Amino acid sequence: MGNIKFSVEFSGGLQDLFGQKKIPIPSDKNEDQIQLPKLLPGESLKLKHVIDGLAAKLKGRNAKLKLFVQGDKGFYEVTPGILVLINDSDWELEGEYEYEIQSGDQVLFVSTLHGG
Amino acid sequence: MPPSPCVLCKTNRAVILRPKDHSKLCKPCFLSVFETEIHHTITSNHLFQRGEKIAIGASGGKDSTVLASVLKTLNGRYDYGVELVLLSIDEGIKGYRDDSLETVKRNAKQYDMPLTILGYDELYGWTMDQVVEQVGKKGNCTYCGVFRRQALDRGAARLGVRHVVTGHNADDVAETVLMNLLRGDLPRLSRTTSIVTSTPSAISTDPNSHTNIKRSKPLKYAYEKEIVLYAHHKNLDYFSTECIYSPEAFRGSARALIKNLERVRPSAILDVVRSGEDMAKLVLSSDEGCEGACASTIPAAEEEVDGCGSVNGRSVGGEMASMEQRLAQNEVVAEQDLEVEMTINHGSGQRHDEHDSGTTLRKPGKKRGGKEKRGQAFLPKKTQKQVMGQCKKCGYLSSQEICKACVLLEGLNKSRPKNGIELGYEADTHRIANGVNDLQMQVD
Repeated sequence: MGNIKFSVEFSGGLQDLFGQKKIPIPSDKNEDQIQLPKLLPGESLKLKHVIDGLAAKLKGRNAKLKLFVQGDKGFYEVTPGILVLINDSDWELEGEYEYEIQSGDQVLFVSTLHGG
Repeated sequence: MPPSPCVLCKTNRAVILRPKDHSKLCKPCFLSVFETEIHHTITSNHLFQRGEKIAIGASGGKDSTVLASVLKTLNGRYDYGVELVLLSIDEGIKGYRDDSLETVKRNAKQYDMPLTILGYDELYGWTMDQVVEQVGKKGNCTYCGVFRRQALDRGAARLGVRHVVTGHNADDVAETVLMNLLRGDLPRLSRTTSIVTSTPSAISTDPNSHTNIKRSKPLKYAYEKEIVLYAHHKNLDYFSTECIYSPEAFRGSARALIKNLERVRPSAILDVVRSGEDMAKLVLSSDEGCEGACASTIPAAEEEVDGCGSVNGRSVGGEMASMEQRLAQNEVVAEQDLEVEMTINHGSGQRHDEHDSGTTLRKPGKKRGGKEKRGQAFLPKKTQKQVMGQCKKCGYLSSQEICKACVLLEGLNKSRPKNGIELGYEADTHRIANGVNDLQMQVD
């Protein structure tokens, strides 16, 4: 996974989760770094790993964590009502959690829950 | 996963999976299908009339922004011949509404529509911030909901507009259906599922009266997911934040339930909406009491009074009591099932097609059946509710002598602290809370 560069974005109210709209991975700034889980040799980076890394960043801030993921099944699931777009394409068409991240990808999390 | 082609154009790569039928569409086809479906909703329900001036209730959020954009597009494309204006209500919530109103102001320029902003302070002398300071966070949604409903009507009247459209989507309606189901409030269910609500025109002949405003929900069959996708793919400028006062207790649970259902079975949302509509047909509330003839004049003034947030302080006690009363009466009628069955067909041509489910679901309507003679079993419960008149104080449409906004205001004004904190403060707030409860019992 060494050289993969991609970004995650948040909108529809989720931009407050991490205090910024767009997070590059890896980030230039240390404090914004998202720690991705260590992969086995030959294993490729998948969206679920990214979600785990993002969720880890929210650990200890339960209210925010719940807005983003639900962990009651023993693994993190994106909270229902959040759309995930990978390069503008519905993640359901891309393999959801098993999607293999490519360099240059843009992953967008949009909440549909916020009213107006 | 290998990319799949769009099912419509068969050339572009599909990027959207439609929740309602699982079809895979490319971006241009999705935008076009979404717009066409709204057009279909508008035409098949005859929502608009040529020459009509229509106010879009605009909050700056995704729903009303998409509504404004789509209506602008469709009015041009299909030549509805309607005049569109934006109407925003400023509840006076710092850090929430003031930001979203900036979005509406930009939208007004983007869509070239005139914008009117009407504030609670201007209309009622109270901002929501002040109301919350007075009554606390619990139950303030009741005030906000009652005030907003009237505010839109008053704003429309001021603009000389007889028709207000709102951005309620399929998910909203499904939530409301579930909430009313869970409360056992079937009459309200029938009002909230209706795509058009309007105040009876017979009440006022004054064209400037704000008691005769039509309401409709052109996005009623549009999924929230698709609304967000539409806004995203069209790069629409919208504001998203949750109201800072909204505890979202009951609606929040209904909403989570809907979203969880959607994940397992995406069509569930529209299915709940349709079920709600079918149940509404079965419920003989006084709204439908004129045998279908006035189906389009469902009083709007008391629909969805909960506003957007919680339903704290709703009249559970009163509802339970009246429900028990109904159930007791139903038992009396239960033996006459066959007779009831026949009178259904006799009573209304609208409700001829649901026999089996009908007898059980229609129970609240049987109330009269026990008391009256055959053939009149389904007369509306006219005496009980929705005899619409005008508020003696402000002239707004109301089934009570004094409308709810005026009652709430009276309570607020009476206990407004003149000099900071007063000793009687606690007692006063308590009294107001009771006042709200009384009020809601009267309504139901």
